[in-house]
Amino acid sequence: MNAIVGRIWTVGVGGRRPLIPLRRLSATSRVQDTIFALSSHPGKAAIAIVRVSGPAAKQVLARMVRAKTVRPRYAHVGKIVHPRSGEVLDRGVSVWFPGPRSYTGEDMLELHVHGGTAVVSSVLAALGAIAQVRMAEAGEFSRRAFDNDKLDLTALEGVADLINAETEAQRRLAVRQAHGELFEMYEGWRAALVRLRAQAEAYIDFAEEEAIEDGVYARVCADAGALASRIRAHLDDGRQGEILRNGVALSIVGPPNSGKSTLLNKLAQRQVAIVSPIAGTTRDIVETTLDIGGYPLVVRDTAGLRDAGADVIEREGIRRAVTAAREADIRICMADALPAAGPEPFWANAEWRALLDLPHTFVVLNKVDTLPPASDIRGAVEAWARARGIGNRVVPLSCASMFGWDALMRLLADDIRQSWAAGAALHMPLTKARHRQHLQQCLRHLDELARTDEASVVLGAEELRAAGNALARITGKLGLEDVLDALFSQFCIGK
Amino acid sequence: RPTDLDERSLKRLASQDSASAVAAATVTGVRLESGEIIRARKVVITTGTFLGGEIHIGLKAFPSGRKGEAASTGLSKSLKDAGFRLGRMKTGTPPRLAGSTIDFSRMPKQLGDMPVTPFSFVHDSVPYANDQVACYQTHTTPAVHKVIEANFDQSIHIRETVRGPRYCPSLESKIKRFSEKDSHVIWLEPEGLPEHTDVVYPNGISNTMPEDIQLKFLRLIPGLENVTMTQPGYGVEYDHIDPRELKRTLETKRVTGLYMAGQINGTTGYEEAAAQGILAGANAGLAAGHDKAPDRAGETPQLVLDRSDGYLGVLIDDLITRGVEEPYRVFTARSEYRLSSRADNADIRLTRRAAALGLIRDTSRLARLDAVEADMAQAQALLSQVVHLPHEWEAKLGGDRRVGRNGARTSALDMIQKGFLAEDMSADSRQPENIAPELMPKARKCTGGPRISDIVPGWADVPLNIRRRVATEAMYHGYLRQQQLEANTFKREESLRLPVDIDYSQIRVLSREEVDRLSRVRPDTLGAARRIGGITPGGMLALLKHVRRAADA
Repeated sequence: MNAIVGRIWTVGVGGRRPLIPLRRLSATSRVQDTIFALSSHPGKAAIAIVRVSGPAAKQVLARMVRAKTVRPRYAHVGKIVHPRSGEVLDRGVSVWFPGPRSYTGEDMLELHVHGGTAVVSSVLAALGAIAQVRMAEAGEFSRRAFDNDKLDLTALEGVADLINAETEAQRRLAVRQAHGELFEMYEGWRAALVRLRAQAEAYIDFAEEEAIEDGVYARVCADAGALASRIRAHLDDGRQGEILRNGVALSIVGPPNSGKSTLLNKLAQRQVAIVSPIAGTTRDIVETTLDIGGYPLVVRDTAGLRDAGADVIEREGIRRAVTAAREADIRICMADALPAAGPEPFWANAEWRALLDLPHTFVVLNKVDTLPPASDIRGAVEAWARARGIGNRVVPLSCASMFGWDALMRLLADDIRQSWAAGAALHMPLTKARHRQHLQQCLRHLDELARTDEASVVLGAEELRAAGNALARITGKLGLEDVLDALFSQFCIGK
Repeated sequence: RPTDLDERSLKRLASQDSASAVAAATVTGVRLESGEIIRARKVVITTGTFLGGEIHIGLKAFPSGRKGEAASTGLSKSLKDAGFRLGRMKTGTPPRLAGSTIDFSRMPKQLGDMPVTPFSFVHDSVPYANDQVACYQTHTTPAVHKVIEANFDQSIHIRETVRGPRYCPSLESKIKRFSEKDSHVIWLEPEGLPEHTDVVYPNGISNTMPEDIQLKFLRLIPGLENVTMTQPGYGVEYDHIDPRELKRTLETKRVTGLYMAGQINGTTGYEEAAAQGILAGANAGLAAGHDKAPDRAGETPQLVLDRSDGYLGVLIDDLITRGVEEPYRVFTARSEYRLSSRADNADIRLTRRAAALGLIRDTSRLARLDAVEADMAQAQALLSQVVHLPHEWEAKLGGDRRVGRNGARTSALDMIQKGFLAEDMSADSRQPENIAPELMPKARKCTGGPRISDIVPGWADVPLNIRRRVATEAMYHGYLRQQQLEANTFKREESLRLPVDIDYSQIRVLSREEVDRLSRVRPDTLGAARRIGGITPGGMLALLKHVRRAADA
């Protein structure tokens, strides 16, 4: 495994897997999201309590309760309105708990409304309409409370590890995040540690009665040392382009063969999507996380948008492409600059045109290198774009000659900086911290292992176990049975 | 007591309302094959390989629990009627050899430990310590493997449908699974002292070949050219229950008063079985005593061990939370607390707990334990009192440069922890005979360097077992502290008890899969629920809430 793969990492979204909107993904970061849930029993009841927790709770208070002053921890009676339309949803009691003096330790708002299903669902829907506010996952309030040292610690301490490192969401995320090469690399390291531990265990339990070869333990230590060097190299290299867990979502859409995958590859500077001159090569969505102007960007290359569709798989791909593009933070609509393929078919399609109306949408006209030198098509297109008010969002580009590349990068970086810099900056250290922390932990144990010898093999096995567990916290695989499997497959032991 | 039933095989378990399921039933006694009923409020079933036992030798198969002893068949039906799910497992035993027909002269000899460590802390010495019999090593040869390979079709036991242990594999499966190896080690172990028996147990060649084939391949083994068998090896298949039906006390959840121990729970038959027997017997006895007590105040006393208490705790926790897929054997790797779960500190870990439950009445054992702890403290003090500067240590350790020169004074105790000083842990002080250097026991090598007794005055006067225990504790000190922290966390989680009768389907947050898993295993603590696997943190929190709500109510 090449130790430099840390620079960029790719996720192939398998065909059978449901598409997970990127918003939802970035929403699992516990730093910036605000969560809400119906906290009383669902169904018919006199009142229902909806709890909101997180930094945007204050905004929710301002937009849905709209009271001049709300005294903390006192019941406030008044209208509860829709944050956008101002429509009155119910008249109820609101209680404002500024953090840290709240259940979760964050800013919290409790909305006590009438218990009817219609009222409750309208309040929940209204909350969901606010940016950065989302429905809580099961147990998430408690988890936040726990994270903020708000839950009864004696009761919860035992669950701490599990909650911190192994929540289902995080595990799924870890798997998704580390799919592809990085996942394989971490998992490969972990599997190597499992094999080494099996050898140490065989040595501990069976060295005396079974003919386990000489030097087994010395080899274990040597192999572990080599593994430690690889991990160390990865950590050092990781500085420049380490995986960014959640970034600003960029979606590239356009007709087949307009060069979307080539653009993605240029962005990622490596082959991530299958590129071929045959229209419709990219059937599914390919995802890459990369760093543009210091900001993390998750880029999705989507199946070509093509109206013709005997090909059902591709039609499904296009449907996903449009959905993904809608949900992305930034869109690049790509079209061939050549008049034959030209941008016009693109504008003709209603679904695509709708994309252009969304903010943060850029139009890239690719293959300008193939235009006749004296062609004024470019000028015509620009005039056309200006007429539609997107003149400053159109970039002529040649992926082949890199003409226009810098302009595109600048445009993207500026847009990200203006709109998402704060969020992006928050995301970065999180990911780095999590992976680095576990890898460094693993290294510490491998270094301790290097200090053991045959006489202290039991301590060595202990270090191997801890080192493997550290990696398992990244890959989400933890278990003793595979050690025993490795042991029994490598050694013929027993009476 | 169940042991009284040993000779007459027990036929049917009499239980009230055995047809209806969960915990409604209570055991009332056992009915013997003769029809006689023995009334008992508590029954411990330890059927070994006898429950529906079937012996396989070559192509022959016949019901039997052990060579020459009848199987127990009525009991299987009785358990099924009570609603237990039965599974099938297999194991085997090697042929037995007549020692007088073996030529030991060319074989490497393996001597017993010297000095001998008694199993029990109650003993200081072991009978026959100076009169131990030796074991001898031989091995299979390519010719042996050829004979067995040619006769694979002569054994019905090799079918893979019934699960046998990966540990203790039969010779056939060793040859099948490790075809690249052309030799496997065999240890020839006398079954007793020469004046009592001539029978030798050839460890490593459990097999189920027809008798004539067994003799044929045995005689191809170096040293066994003229051997005779006193009994052929055979395979045995038997019934076991799903151990997830058990509580931590080894009482069944299904039938009150009914306990199970040993191979019936899906474990192997040696230490695992013996350990469960102690625990099941203790709990049956404690519960019976409590039932009979006139006041019956308080909860029934129980002997319950968790993973951090010792290997028996690991064994039972694995059994009841994860079930079994092959005969379960305890490997030290299974325990997260290997460094603290040691044979040498079992007295400190467990004796007082046994005494608190009344399982130990002999007060001299506690006095003895007090004395051991006092001795250990004293020995530790000896080590702490010897304090030197780094350069002094360097000189004492023969110029060992690794000592470092940070100027800090360091005690002998710390030096042991840092690995510069070691106690000789060798189990064998004698020169081995006739044994090739590559076969020398490897793990017993001791790091060189000066003896502690050369540096610490008075150390040589400390009894050997105390010296070793103190040195071991010092060596593992950092790790033990870490394990203690882990154990504390673990115990907190273990202390959150889940009622056995939770209706998991009523806990909204749980997925259907989680409800299924939890309902099947019915874990008794939050920790056990986590170890089942497949329960999400959200589910764990839901359970936690449930427990706390129940506790608050």
